Amino acid sequence: MAAIDILGLEKTYQVGFWRKRPKQALKALHLSVEHGEVFGFLGPNGAGKTTTLKMLMGLVYPTAGTARILDMELDDPRMKAQIGFLPEQPYFYDYLTARELLDYYGQLSGVPGKERPQKIREMLELVGLRDAAGVQLRKFSKGMLQRVGIAQAILHDPKVVFLDEPMSGLDPMGRREVRDLMERLKNEGKTVFFSTHILSDAEALCDRVAIINMGELRGVGTVAALTSSVQGKIELVWQGTTVPTFLKSLNAECHVTRETVRAILPEQNQDAALDGLRRERLQLISLTPVRTSLEEYFVAQVQPNGATAGGRQ
Amino acid sequence: MNSRIFHIAANTFREAVRDRVLYNLIAFALLMSGAAILVGQISIEIERLVVINLGLTAVSLFGVVIAIFIGIGLVSKEIDKRTLYTVLSRPVRRWEFITGKFFGLAGTLAVNTFLMAIGVFAALLYVSHHFQKSDGWLLVALYFIALQFVILTALALFFSSFSSPLLSAVFAFALFVIGSFAEDLRGFARMAHGLERWLATAAAYLVPNFSALNIISSVAHGQPVSGQLIFYNSLYALIYASMALCGAVLIFERRNLK
Repeated sequence: MAAIDILGLEKTYQVGFWRKRPKQALKALHLSVEHGEVFGFLGPNGAGKTTTLKMLMGLVYPTAGTARILDMELDDPRMKAQIGFLPEQPYFYDYLTARELLDYYGQLSGVPGKERPQKIREMLELVGLRDAAGVQLRKFSKGMLQRVGIAQAILHDPKVVFLDEPMSGLDPMGRREVRDLMERLKNEGKTVFFSTHILSDAEALCDRVAIINMGELRGVGTVAALTSSVQGKIELVWQGTTVPTFLKSLNAECHVTRETVRAILPEQNQDAALDGLRRERLQLISLTPVRTSLEEYFVAQVQPNGATAGGRQ
Repeated sequence: MNSRIFHIAANTFREAVRDRVLYNLIAFALLMSGAAILVGQISIEIERLVVINLGLTAVSLFGVVIAIFIGIGLVSKEIDKRTLYTVLSRPVRRWEFITGKFFGLAGTLAVNTFLMAIGVFAALLYVSHHFQKSDGWLLVALYFIALQFVILTALALFFSSFSSPLLSAVFAFALFVIGSFAEDLRGFARMAHGLERWLATAAAYLVPNFSALNIISSVAHGQPVSGQLIFYNSLYALIYASMALCGAVLIFERRNLK
């Protein structure tokens, strides 16, 4: 049994005032997230990440398909007691203090009254808001709101945590702390499903990622597996001041410095390039394979003509 | 009441208090003090009548304004500010949220009405120096006013579950005005013929009958209120508010929170 099982979730909105026309926000999505995984849900703005999360949270109803979390239906209160959710750019009741807000959410999540004060103290300490516990949220900065949002998502010790753009609005230190927190959640055996468009975060944190674009799943897997599927590149450096003409036909990007030329070209053209350099009697300095980053894979997937079929994994 | 509804209601009450909704009591207190002092100086024998009429009408109007203007924002504000997301992603059902919000505002209005009632009785004591036996009927009039608030809060919630705050305010206020003339509408229906009669009768019974809940004038003249009227008005308010609340829940249950 997976922690999250998404079975063909689909969402089509009716847009327009007079003449309603359908707009598909999410095409049939199949996805499984295992227990204890940190799973990154990546995509550009408007890709369908938030729509998916809203459907999983029961805020938006799917047009088709279904999903199960912890093997329970999406509207099952027993399941909801075991999940935590941080919405994108969260906004909370600003007339409450941070302590009161967490107390309210603790009440709604069924945290016993005796345990609540201690849990709230721990959470505020964890997200660095101990000194702001008695301050009304209307006086909080965006970063502080994000921190209190994270605290409310994990206050009740949920098994699965959903975070929608958790790094949004945070300064570099804040982002580092959230990364540490997510690692801590993983070490505690919790499942973390988070959406982001900051790829370095995903690369650093995730066991697996899914890439979504224009409502369509473009790829799922470990970062290593996904990037290895992208055509490799090599970097050649030789002594010289001009670029030989044959390199143009090998799709090489060349940069000339004072006494050397550097060319990056597809791995498959390596032999032809080396033969050409020998023919021209140019002295090779180095040949280095270029590591494909998640960003390159991501760009390849979201470009209009770079589509690869998504599938259930 | 289950605990989640109670917590949502308590938070709604806290929001109203912190948003300074109860500050209207200051305006009310000033109004009642001014009226009591002024009436005591200029009127002969009718000061009680003036204070009761003015006091109960003010209680009603202040409460109506709060019920409509807070009621219409109960749901829409939570959707606009997305505070609802972190509530409904917890083990809280949508009907529990709506019901909690309703009880929260109804509780706010009950406290507000109670405090205003103290003001009315204080002003009455000031102008007539003692209470009369018939002043007890004022409590029934206040109870009926509270029933109006219950209906109006449920209606404001109903409208806000599917329309914008501005339209919800217009709908709720229009229904309050029409409902205040419900008896006249029923009288008109009896005099009409054919399709007109049918439509007028349907409209008269569809709008909330606020006129039946307004006994300010009769209690000001010391007239008693029958137990039967208290029973039927209570039952009517309970059924009407429940129906409006059910409607709000049914609409809200189907709504996508974009």
